Amino acid sequence: MAVSQPRGDAPRRNRTAAAGDRVFLFVVNAAVGLFVLVVALLFIELVAGSWPSLHKFGFKFLWTSQWNPVTQQFGALPLIYGTLVSSLVAIVLAGVVGILAATFLAEFAPRWLARPLGFVIELLAAVPSVVFGLWGLFVLAPLVRTVIGPALQKYLGFLPIFQGPISGVGMLTAGLVLSFMILPTVTAISREVIVAVGGDLREASMSLGATKWETVARVVLPASRAGIFGAIVLALGRALGETIATTMVIGNRPQIAASLFAPSYTLASVIANEFTEANGNVYISALIELGLILFIVSFIVNAIARLLLWVVLRTRS
Amino acid sequence: MRKSLALLGAALFMTVAPVMAATQLTGAGSTFDYPFFSKAFFEYGKTHSDVQVNYQSIGSGGGIQQFTQRTVDFGATDVPMNAGEVKAASAGGGPVLQIPVALAGVSVVYNLPGIGGGLRLSPSVLADLFLGTISNWNDARIAKLNPGKKLPSTPVVVVHRSDGSGTTYIFTDYVSSVSSDWKSKVGTGKSVTWPAQSAIGGKGSEGLAGQVTNNPGAIGYVEAAYALQNKMSQAVLQNAAGKFVAYSPSAVHAAAETRPDVSPEKFSIVNAKCAACYPIAGFSWAVVYQNPQDKAKGKVLQQILEWLVGAGAQRIAGGLDYVPLPTAVGSAARKTLSSMHV
Repeated sequence: MAVSQPRGDAPRRNRTAAAGDRVFLFVVNAAVGLFVLVVALLFIELVAGSWPSLHKFGFKFLWTSQWNPVTQQFGALPLIYGTLVSSLVAIVLAGVVGILAATFLAEFAPRWLARPLGFVIELLAAVPSVVFGLWGLFVLAPLVRTVIGPALQKYLGFLPIFQGPISGVGMLTAGLVLSFMILPTVTAISREVIVAVGGDLREASMSLGATKWETVARVVLPASRAGIFGAIVLALGRALGETIATTMVIGNRPQIAASLFAPSYTLASVIANEFTEANGNVYISALIELGLILFIVSFIVNAIARLLLWVVLRTRS
Repeated sequence: MRKSLALLGAALFMTVAPVMAATQLTGAGSTFDYPFFSKAFFEYGKTHSDVQVNYQSIGSGGGIQQFTQRTVDFGATDVPMNAGEVKAASAGGGPVLQIPVALAGVSVVYNLPGIGGGLRLSPSVLADLFLGTISNWNDARIAKLNPGKKLPSTPVVVVHRSDGSGTTYIFTDYVSSVSSDWKSKVGTGKSVTWPAQSAIGGKGSEGLAGQVTNNPGAIGYVEAAYALQNKMSQAVLQNAAGKFVAYSPSAVHAAAETRPDVSPEKFSIVNAKCAACYPIAGFSWAVVYQNPQDKAKGKVLQQILEWLVGAGAQRIAGGLDYVPLPTAVGSAARKTLSSMHV
């Protein structure tokens, strides 16, 4: 993304200003170039670092389930599964709550209430993830084990995802903690998108006799759905890469289980857990390859988000 | 403006200058050693104001890596460097010396409401609990070891460290030494694949303790000092001599004394054979180059490490709930250090 030259017909001032333009142009271009360079280097380093593992396991790494540092056999499937499912649980929960909250803030709340409420929600984004993790471990996990889990099992126990023993930590707890962490992203962006819906649409709807509720549900929200989806994909990016909070509450067990109560494991958590004490070429490179997989997954998710935001911006103008 | 900058620079230089005159040593590695090292080096600094030690507790693996790349003066690791790691390090820095610097026990902890501490476990029962073959606390084999204790019908939840850890190494080393099943199915390592269906991992000692405390029926292992400080229920373990022994510093000391010839190649002291021995314990190690490039710095490093394995520093370790090194081990370490060419 290069910055275009200022137009030639602009009144030329003195030479210092022209030099200033050139310097500025160079600086912004360098800033953008630096980004591209860092991302490219990151990718190259990840591939180079994971080479012994890529060489030894090949694509088998993606669909085998064993993670055994003692025998040096590594497969990432349960970790990819754990990463995607925990993020999916989080996004379903945070998506529903976030969109409802954003709708309230943008459409229904009086201004004196909307501002402080919006501020409180955004404040959630400033809580460090380790604090979320500790809260999850010491408050939420016991609650899941004694209250939330048994209740879900009692009323929805016929679903395979709510069967089996409940140990408190696991996929559900991780999803819940993650949903709190990404709620501010979903809410803040969704609110902006909803506010941006044109007044003409609202007035047209109202003038046809629609109530406020009908206008919001049938006109405003559908009009902003692409942007809201973009918000959700951005939040998903954060959930996929979250490390410390997930590590503390997911149970750290590389397995694929139907039940959300069962412990699981994510790509980022394995790296955080094992990198400091890993020994041996293959082991370390397998951990780096997990980073590579996470990088590619995040890249895909971000690309989707960019695409959606672009669609929204184009339709508005 | 320029003048005030110059003044500021001069002021900075003057405050930094005295520090520059002191010898700065850097080390990196084991997080387990960190409380001991920081207290010990602080005490050392009181009498040797010209020596400063900067120890970064980045984990044993990272410590070995930094040591191999010679970005630090010494490394610290919970498991001695193996032949391959020593080879990699000596390729650049010459022969490597490894000395034991700290000793500690590992406790088996559990959460059984109403039972309290002191549950007796034999090696085979312990192994089967962690293998998942004993899946309920009302198992007859546990009851037989603990007459008079009313064991609940609670499923066993195995809790382990999720992060790579020297504690896990010592614990799995012990279980491997008493159970051939464990040895063939799981093995020994800082991270292993846990076979029990119920197994969950907690990050760090605090994460493990959190999981054990939250889950009735949980069983786990943790550095003994951590179990003591957090008043967790600890099991009484049957040692190689058939005696049931609770963790105590003296029981670990007794186990370490059975192996005065401990070396980087034969470093395991688990399942020691004496009536008073506690069966799960291990040393932590410091690594240095025999021929340091900077001789003056090497001399200071040699002196401080000799002090570290001596009685005075080991008393500091004892105060922090480590177990002081046996005298024989300390003197062997000093002898190794004296072979440094400085």
